[in-house]
Amino acid sequence: MAMIKEAEIKKTKRPELDEGGMGYLQSLPRRVVTVYLPLLVFVIVLLFPFYWMTITAVKPNHEMTDYANFNPFWVVHPTLEHIRYLLFDTSYPGWLLNTIIISTAATFLSLLAAVFAAYAIERLRFSGARQVGLAVFLAYLVPPSILFIPLSVMVFNLGLYDTPFALILTYPTFLVPFCTWLLMGYFRSIPFELEECALIDGASRWQILTKIVLPLSVPGLISAGIFAFTLSWNEFIYALTFIQSSENKTVPVGVLTELVRSDVYEWGALMAGALIGSLPVVVLYSFFVEHYVSSMTGAVKE
Amino acid sequence: MAVPSVAVQPRPSILSRLAESRNALGFGFMLPAAALLLVFLTYPLGLGVWLGFTDTRIGRPGIFIGTENYQYLWDDAVFWLSVFNTLLYTISASILKFALGLWLALILNQNLPFKSFFRAIVLLPWVVPTVLSAIAFWWIYDSQFSILSWALMEMGLIDHRINFLGDPENARASVIAANVWRGIPFVAITLLAGLQTIPQSLYEAATLDGASRWQLFRFVTLPLLTPIIAITMTFSVLFTFTDFQLIYVLTRGGPVNATHLMATLSFQRGISGGQLGEGAAIAVAMIPFLLAAILFSYFGLQRRKWQQGGGD
Repeated sequence: MAMIKEAEIKKTKRPELDEGGMGYLQSLPRRVVTVYLPLLVFVIVLLFPFYWMTITAVKPNHEMTDYANFNPFWVVHPTLEHIRYLLFDTSYPGWLLNTIIISTAATFLSLLAAVFAAYAIERLRFSGARQVGLAVFLAYLVPPSILFIPLSVMVFNLGLYDTPFALILTYPTFLVPFCTWLLMGYFRSIPFELEECALIDGASRWQILTKIVLPLSVPGLISAGIFAFTLSWNEFIYALTFIQSSENKTVPVGVLTELVRSDVYEWGALMAGALIGSLPVVVLYSFFVEHYVSSMTGAVKE
Repeated sequence: MAVPSVAVQPRPSILSRLAESRNALGFGFMLPAAALLLVFLTYPLGLGVWLGFTDTRIGRPGIFIGTENYQYLWDDAVFWLSVFNTLLYTISASILKFALGLWLALILNQNLPFKSFFRAIVLLPWVVPTVLSAIAFWWIYDSQFSILSWALMEMGLIDHRINFLGDPENARASVIAANVWRGIPFVAITLLAGLQTIPQSLYEAATLDGASRWQLFRFVTLPLLTPIIAITMTFSVLFTFTDFQLIYVLTRGGPVNATHLMATLSFQRGISGGQLGEGAAIAVAMIPFLLAAILFSYFGLQRRKWQQGGGD
């Protein structure tokens, strides 16, 4: 996997070397029809919901439903009213804080467990390591949709119902397998010789892990970390099932269950909530696009 | 019998200690992850199967009732409708995601200006929380103020508003479209990563041999991409089959259960309705399908090894 990833990064950094090898055989009009036009349609379709979300979030209510006098694709009198309402008249800031705390805690817990597990499976090679590695992969394939009912029973019996710990402890069920699997690939790419040298110099396993393996796998840790954070930020079914009271909810659940009143849809506030709830992961994503892509494709390529 | 036992004695013990410590250390290192997964994944999986055989309700522990839940579901038209819906949803959304995703990947694999920029924005739908983008779709599909209806009416293509989520057939198409929208980036970006590993020299060689563009795709791209297609689509099918969020936001299974998936039905019966046993039975009924998908993935991996000349 590491080789594939390096090749991929090399290509994106130096496209002039070996990419689009025979692109020159295509004439420009042909390229417009086969490449640029479809790409334009794809980009418009993929981005339109975000545009629509943004424009609705800053649109005053009287413009929002008056399609006869105002072109819906544009906004004449932009307003921050919906965002003000969201931040000051609802529990939204609390949901944001909950989501940040829960995602961060679940990510750190999972990453910690995953680093040890991946190192043990990949490098300690204890007896049965291969089987354990396979079991971790299979655990990754168990979807939350079939676990949430028994987990809700467990969460209730453990007295965790309606507390952040219900989510912090259950999110690792999908984060640990993913992070472990990803980190195993990174650890595999670190040469054995480095560890052997350290062993000869009298380093303990703990020193090897903290002084050699971890510093070398920082990119992998970042990939796994931001991916795990995004997954916990986006999680819905556990948060919907295990959290009852409004002040403990996470953003996705809060927006859907608290901002949607029975008959009147506050579309402006809903869209503002969706927009602000998406921003943190989008900002994180924009800083670490390469890590993000490599962890996504890395998990599949193994 | 003066065996120099004094000199030899410590040596095997070091070796055996090393072998021992390897396992002991391995055990210690595995402990946090194993504890988390055994307690919150393996045990609930077993508990779920057990709950399926009981009549547990919220707030009341149940008793073993054998296969009564399954017998009830067997005669339940809504359950079978949800199975049908799930299969329809999974199959049609997966085919669309694959076709469009592969197309997008092939486009992005061209020598484009601002390539990494395009790759970055294309992935956005996948990064944003599903529930939040689904809320945007909910607004786009609004029965009165749908922007799609408005735009089509302005263009003169239709003469009355489309009832996106109120009509069974429309609702099915709408949720599938929203799912495809969210799934295309994942398929496209992973397939793109696969495409970038195919050496250009193969294309050059095939072109020298007189291959057409279609033949290039059919006999060079596709065979080399098959292993990654198998894995990507297995993941995609798994996630689509167990989808819950999109349906819960857009339709909650309606109208008249036309968009109920097994996951949403399980939630409705188990959590909203309080019949935990029955909900668990529906969830357990999803497992055979998931196993089929995983086996598919396994054979996809096998084929990859074989293509690379065997080995580990």
